[in-house]
Amino acid sequence: MTSQSSTISIQMQSRSISRRVRTEPFFVKMMLIILALGFLGLFIFLPVVVVFTSALQKGWQFYISAFREPEALAAIRLTLLAAGIAVPLNLIFGLAASWAIAKFEFKGKNLLITLIDLPFSVSPVVSGIIYVLIFGLHGWLGPWLYEHNIQIIFAVPGIVLATIFVTFPFIARELIPLMQAQGTEEEEAAISLGANGWQTFWRVTLPNVKWGVIYGVILCNARAMGEFGAVSVVSGHIRGLTNTLTLHVEILYNEYNTIAAFSLASLLTLLALVTLAAKSIVGWKTRQHIKNAEKISEEKAS
Amino acid sequence: MTPQTKCIKSLFSFFVFCLAFTFSYPALAQKKPTTLLNVSYDPTRELYQDFNAAFAKYWKEKTGESVTINQSHGGSSKQARAVIDGLQADVVTLALAYDIDAIAEQAKLLPPDWQKRLPHNSAPYTSTLAFLVRKNNPKKIKDWDDLIKPGVSIITPNPKTSGVARWNYLAGWGYALKNNNGDEQKAKEFITKLFKNVPVLDSGARGATTTFVERGIGDVLINWENELLLIKKLNPENYEIIVPSLSILAEPTVALIDKVVDKHHTRTVAQAYLEYLYSEEGQEIAARNFYRAHSPAIVAKYAAQFPQINLFTIDDVFGGWQKAQKIHFSDGGVFDQIYLQK
Repeated sequence: MTSQSSTISIQMQSRSISRRVRTEPFFVKMMLIILALGFLGLFIFLPVVVVFTSALQKGWQFYISAFREPEALAAIRLTLLAAGIAVPLNLIFGLAASWAIAKFEFKGKNLLITLIDLPFSVSPVVSGIIYVLIFGLHGWLGPWLYEHNIQIIFAVPGIVLATIFVTFPFIARELIPLMQAQGTEEEEAAISLGANGWQTFWRVTLPNVKWGVIYGVILCNARAMGEFGAVSVVSGHIRGLTNTLTLHVEILYNEYNTIAAFSLASLLTLLALVTLAAKSIVGWKTRQHIKNAEKISEEKAS
Repeated sequence: MTPQTKCIKSLFSFFVFCLAFTFSYPALAQKKPTTLLNVSYDPTRELYQDFNAAFAKYWKEKTGESVTINQSHGGSSKQARAVIDGLQADVVTLALAYDIDAIAEQAKLLPPDWQKRLPHNSAPYTSTLAFLVRKNNPKKIKDWDDLIKPGVSIITPNPKTSGVARWNYLAGWGYALKNNNGDEQKAKEFITKLFKNVPVLDSGARGATTTFVERGIGDVLINWENELLLIKKLNPENYEIIVPSLSILAEPTVALIDKVVDKHHTRTVAQAYLEYLYSEEGQEIAARNFYRAHSPAIVAKYAAQFPQINLFTIDDVFGGWQKAQKIHFSDGGVFDQIYLQK
């Protein structure tokens, strides 16, 4: 908590300093503002508008009929399924890993942190091919799986595995610095008052990182639903069976079915906008949380 | 329970809900009807959409069984690769025989003599290659020779991953051989110049079409005749089809994947599916989707749609796919040599 409150006080200081030294001529200010707004408009706002106008160019009826197609519904369901499995698993893993890393000392800790970061640095295509090499017919486990009639890649399990791999670090990465900053004093206090490990975790550790967890889940979910590269490699592109929403958008676009492609793309864009809004609310809540904590500690001090 | 843990528990229940929603969907809970997976190449999407509906109706009338056919489309070699890696295709309908040879050779999922099992070299429909240019043909492209002029930008996909790209390459090579009295060196120079004019290699036929039509790149697109006729039908005003003086007879081949159908117990229906492609109705659906049919009645009916082109076969000029693949498209083959020179 201390490091966060100090960054806020630094921000406040710099704000008051910048108020005093803001002496650029008017036109320089305007130029910079126009440049920044123009850049944002051209590269971010315009594409978002294009997605929605292309989706709606023939009216709401065409827009809605794009979602009535059984293949589109199957793609949406598969995307929900993949995210519905990947996010809770990564939530459990992320909590466990960050708790272990932040609160305990053990050998190989740095190795664990590096491994958690691996999916961030590996290209999604490579992550997809890894699964083909392991579970493919000629991969390590391929012949055994074939004998036992288990289909992993080019089927739903492969898509879920690829999604889990790609979204692996999101929650853990969010929680590790937060938990490290909070230290272990509160847990020590709880244990010295007679709480067991489980109680300490549920009543002390988890409530302290609550907003971090939610923040991580939001990001993890956005990536899980938006993933394209890794899923494309392991999907097999069977329509209505192994096409996720992102893959289905590509297929529709390639079939000159622009309206349907952009209609489904608008769903992904909406998801992004909702994610952004949720992110801002959570960020705002977190800051409030810190302010309250500061107030309480100030009151205590006085 | 503290409000904090409540919040996290509600997150959990949200995902449980997501899972329940996906699993509760009736289609997943029902007993599965017979399904076939047809792994096909890029431009056949419209063809098999029509054909699958027709076959399902025919099969229902004949046997009372309902059958669902699932489709997967992509660059021909990419699709063959997926089948080799374990994509469980009951039938493959790919752009060229070599890709099915690769499945037979590398994964041993079907016998090496698969091509003799169905009439016409297992190619129920054929096609050829032609050029598509923009309205009024601004670069005055009439034949292969016009493609290698400086300043002409050609769109063709990557011969390493795409079936049509290999047919394009071989058609150009065959043309240059014939014009230079069989001089291989001259043919190589011609192809080198041709690929110097290619700004981007897409991975499949449909990707190349998208590059030319949607992104507006290039002066000429070399692609399947069926794909060009489809573009022309969708945008009659903006494009013109140019028929070169000589082209290649392209035989997209189909095959049953023995090991997969035996495992799925779908041999009978898969065999019937492929044979139905040769029936009058199958041939008509192919012709309607701009593929050249074998049936004389259908050929006569759709004669106006297909221009007369002088065609040579891959066996005549290159001695078959195995040989052509080895010399031209294997690692370090002629294509690699000329493309690296670029």
